[in-house]
Amino acid sequence: MNALSRFFKSLFLLELLKGLRLTGRYLLDRKVTIIYPEEKTPQSPRFRGLHAQRRYPNGEERCIACKLCEAICPAMAITIEAGPREDDGSRRTTRYEIDLTKCIFCGFCEESCPVDAIVETRVFEYFGEKRSDLVKSKQDLLAVGEQHEAQIAADRAQDAPYR
Amino acid sequence: MLDALLTLLIVLLKIVALLVPLMVAVAYLTFAERKIIGFIQVRRGPLHVGPRGWLQPIADAVKLIFKEIVIPAGANRFLFLLAPLLAMGPSIAAWAVVPLGENLYVTDIDASLLYVLALTSLSVYGIIIAGWSSNSKYAFLGALRSAAQVVSYEIAMGFALVGVLLAAGSLNLREIVLAQQGSLLHWFWIPLLPLFVVYFIAGLAETNRAPFDLAEGESEIVAGFHVEYSGMSFGVFFLAEYANMILISMLTSLMFLGGWLSPFQGIPLLESLFGWVPGIVWLLLKTSFFLLLFLWVRATFPRYRYDQLMRLGWKILIPITIAWLLVVGAAVAGGLGPWFD
Repeated sequence: MNALSRFFKSLFLLELLKGLRLTGRYLLDRKVTIIYPEEKTPQSPRFRGLHAQRRYPNGEERCIACKLCEAICPAMAITIEAGPREDDGSRRTTRYEIDLTKCIFCGFCEESCPVDAIVETRVFEYFGEKRSDLVKSKQDLLAVGEQHEAQIAADRAQDAPYR
Repeated sequence: MLDALLTLLIVLLKIVALLVPLMVAVAYLTFAERKIIGFIQVRRGPLHVGPRGWLQPIADAVKLIFKEIVIPAGANRFLFLLAPLLAMGPSIAAWAVVPLGENLYVTDIDASLLYVLALTSLSVYGIIIAGWSSNSKYAFLGALRSAAQVVSYEIAMGFALVGVLLAAGSLNLREIVLAQQGSLLHWFWIPLLPLFVVYFIAGLAETNRAPFDLAEGESEIVAGFHVEYSGMSFGVFFLAEYANMILISMLTSLMFLGGWLSPFQGIPLLESLFGWVPGIVWLLLKTSFFLLLFLWVRATFPRYRYDQLMRLGWKILIPITIAWLLVVGAAVAGGLGPWFD
């Protein structure tokens, strides 16, 4: 009996029609593809993209060369050299480099920073023509920070209650 | 002399009037395929060339035309270049006898069904020669598979057609359609339902479409018989495959779904309401339905294994057709209405 019913099931293509019905439903379903350059997915304020160095509103750079980020970086992508600044002798970084080819975008540097100097921005569409273009110097990072300060500050403010 | 020239000119014009829309249909069938398979996979398909992607097939054609035709070192040059033409020729020549309306055809020969059957089986030579002359193991495997497959499914297809000609009492496609006159219920899809299904399945196999695309088998033998083809020599194979798909769809609608006959025939109010619609519109609608089914099936089913394919062809499709031929024969002899009275 079982074999007989199975025989008729396959003879009348029942299973195949079931399959066609399933794919037919998807044919009329809403499409979920994002057409990337024109449309973008929403980003969280905690998005971890390209790094930036921030400044205080008075123009003073935030980084105090404590090297916590360098210490915590699991990929060892951060290189810092510190020394007294020439004009006022305060402790500052003389060299601050992030190697983006090593970085895993874990966000630990941002978490560890006591003065919110190193942050990760929402920028993720960047490129380098040479390998060395992806080793970001202090100047590069400060420039990114200047460009996106409004967004960065807004994101930090939104996330502040949860920290 | 002038008369002969005039006839020739008229014939040529007819051919152009048939082939140009056919080529456009092939181009947009490829577009429809990508769109529909995309939709089924919850994607959107091509979108960027032209408004909503509508110029994509033209971009594809231009790309293929400008690409180099590479001839492999060990290949037989003559046969290698002849094969695409052998695949293309029959699939276009078969269109000569396909009636698009009661008085709309290029030629009207008595045994057009036989002619179509002969030509659709010829196109397998293109595939076999392509596979052999490429001098590549994948192409050769694809060609072997295709040969065995087409030969086995040809039989089931032929038997299904025997049923049609028994029912219609004619080998002429135009008369087959006219024999279905009456109403939706007079069409042959009801008395010949098993043959209808078998014919469509065999049609899938004949055109080497999924789930019977063993000759191509991207995931196992790369691209089968046309691995070594590039540029327009590949394009011609492609064209032939899609022209064949349209041909099979149109033949199915001619033989089983009443061709250009209106589905509202015989229904009192609707018949007069839709009386103004030209018959070719109904035919094209029915054809598009089968083309949609071709693409839908491709997006749904995985490829058959070779032995399963042979089992299906020889142990299921052929016995069913033979058994149903007896039923049809008895029905015709007994004058079973409303189809055979």
